Amino acid sequence: MINKLVIENLKHRWVRTLLAALVVGVQVMSILTLIGLSRGLLEESAQRARGSGADIFLKPSTQGSFSFSSGQLNEAFVPFIQKQPHVKEAVGVLSTPVELVTTLNGVDFPAFEKLSGGFHFVAGGPPSGPDDLIVDSAYARQNKLHVGQTVKLLNHNWRLSGVVEGGVLGRLIVPLTTLQRLTGNASPPRISEILVKLDNPALTDQEVAYFNKLLQGNLQAISVADFVAQFSVNNVPALRAFIGVITVIAVVVGFLVVFLSMYTAVVERTREIGILKALGAKPLTILDILVREAVLLAVLGCLLGIAFSFAVRGLVTQFMPASLAVVNTPDWWPIAAAIALGGALLGAAYPGLKAARQDAIEALAYE
Amino acid sequence: MSDSIIITRGLTKTFHVGEVDVHALRGVNLEVRRGEFLSVIGPSGSGKSTLFHILGGLAPPTSGEAIIDGVNIRALTENQRTELRQRKIGFVFQKYNLLPTLTAGDNIALAQALAHVNSRPADFDQILELLGVKRRLHHKPSALSGGEQQRVAIARALVNQPAILLADEPTGNLDTQNSNAVLDILRDLNKRTGQTILMITHNPEAAAFADRTVTMRDGVIID
Ligand SMILES: Nc1ncnc2c1ncn2[C@@H]1O[C@H](COP(=O)(O)OP(=O)(O)OP(=O)(O)O)[C@@H](O)[C@H]1O
Ligand SMILES: [Mg+2]
Repeated sequence: MINKLVIENLKHRWVRTLLAALVVGVQVMSILTLIGLSRGLLEESAQRARGSGADIFLKPSTQGSFSFSSGQLNEAFVPFIQKQPHVKEAVGVLSTPVELVTTLNGVDFPAFEKLSGGFHFVAGGPPSGPDDLIVDSAYARQNKLHVGQTVKLLNHNWRLSGVVEGGVLGRLIVPLTTLQRLTGNASPPRISEILVKLDNPALTDQEVAYFNKLLQGNLQAISVADFVAQFSVNNVPALRAFIGVITVIAVVVGFLVVFLSMYTAVVERTREIGILKALGAKPLTILDILVREAVLLAVLGCLLGIAFSFAVRGLVTQFMPASLAVVNTPDWWPIAAAIALGGALLGAAYPGLKAARQDAIEALAYE
Repeated sequence: MSDSIIITRGLTKTFHVGEVDVHALRGVNLEVRRGEFLSVIGPSGSGKSTLFHILGGLAPPTSGEAIIDGVNIRALTENQRTELRQRKIGFVFQKYNLLPTLTAGDNIALAQALAHVNSRPADFDQILELLGVKRRLHHKPSALSGGEQQRVAIARALVNQPAILLADEPTGNLDTQNSNAVLDILRDLNKRTGQTILMITHNPEAAAFADRTVTMRDGVIID
């Protein structure tokens, strides 16, 4: 019966109920989308790293004496690495950012195809000239690109020669020498990293150790597996802090909204509280009723929030597949729910105690 | 078991409003027999409602004794007074007695849930029939007339078989016809089931429905 009263109370003022639940829902959605987005972007980067076909990445050493100030390295390292034992292929890659989250990757195409096992073309084919560009299907879809058309990137006109399936190295791939020229990395030719494929992947750890010793102070080797393992939210301190801030905001907003909603409900129901007390409701019973209302609001808000997060994910996948990636985060549903519930309980506390303590006679005198 | 269901001796109640003390009750001596229908009249501010609130356990007295169905109210904690309201008292107020979000039937069921009582009086169906609300139970208060609302409130007050029904101006908000219907029912209930009823009214004609009438003035009963 108490539950029925709680539900009927919420239904009675359904606009207020819906608005409060909506605000809680938007908070839940923000948290879930933020987590989903962080993971989605990280996962995609990890997938592309894996998809490159390399076993080891060689990057400029952070304390290196021979690396360039721009964090790049001399292309002359590539043939040197190629000659090392167990190295099947070594390919230099130059990466340069072109959009917020997109990089343009320059490679020697035939060499890279040998290392990666080749691309799967959805349309068109490999680059045939120095100004040819290939893009992945997500990028093509988002920007509505077709094979043969001209694409302007880095103030340069590229011809789109092919569209490939995603998940290999990067979204945008062009010939290395052209990119080196456009970015002022032509003399001496410079690259960002070297991808290494071994003749036996089982030797990866041993080879990483070998390279690190051999190239000490110049290049740093990391296995692709270790590199990919770094792509987790926990390894990005700024992201963790950001998620923390959003969580705190969610609790505060949830608290304020439920507080306001419950507070107005309690004032408006002063007489009803008097009646309940006359019928023999204990202060704890009154508090219980209001806490249940707040909990129900939070649950409603959570369900809305989860539904919204699916909708946001759908929209992003539909319209911005190349810039943003959002994954579903069911493991975060309980956490987001706990955050919403925490805010709601805090918000219900003061109005609930006020109602529980309300003098019965004064409440009955209230019109 | 004593023949008197209510006995008060020197009952006082003082409200402190800022610096001022308001003496709402100044020594009420009252005895009500089990099964009696008593009406209380008196000018506004004479302390009628305050007396009912104390008899019903909604507020503690300042001094004096009040024995309700064998229980001395002075000795009760707030929690025990709440339990007294659940089991021994049925309240009916002047207006807005019902919770607006629940149907008439659910208002009655809620009174049972709050008192943790599962059983209804054997003759509760007849009581609903007598009150003329049996077919109105699935309506919300807003769909009921003022008279119907009061009759539902009476049904709700009786569902847990209270020792005493305390009705504070139950007809104060009703027209003559509805008022007479409610008063008839109260008298009928009293005669049929022996329900003890105390009723506050301003109207001497309404008071005449009771077995006995007492008058209050300035916080005391004068006759
Ligand atoms: N909660 C309260 N705080 C302060 N004073 C109160 C309170 N309740 C009642 N009083 C005062 O106590 C006195 C008696 O009030 P009470 O409501 O018992 O009168 P009443 O006889 O029921 O009047 P009415 O016929 O108008 O209902 C009045 O002076 C009133 O102002
Ligand atoms: Mg009164």
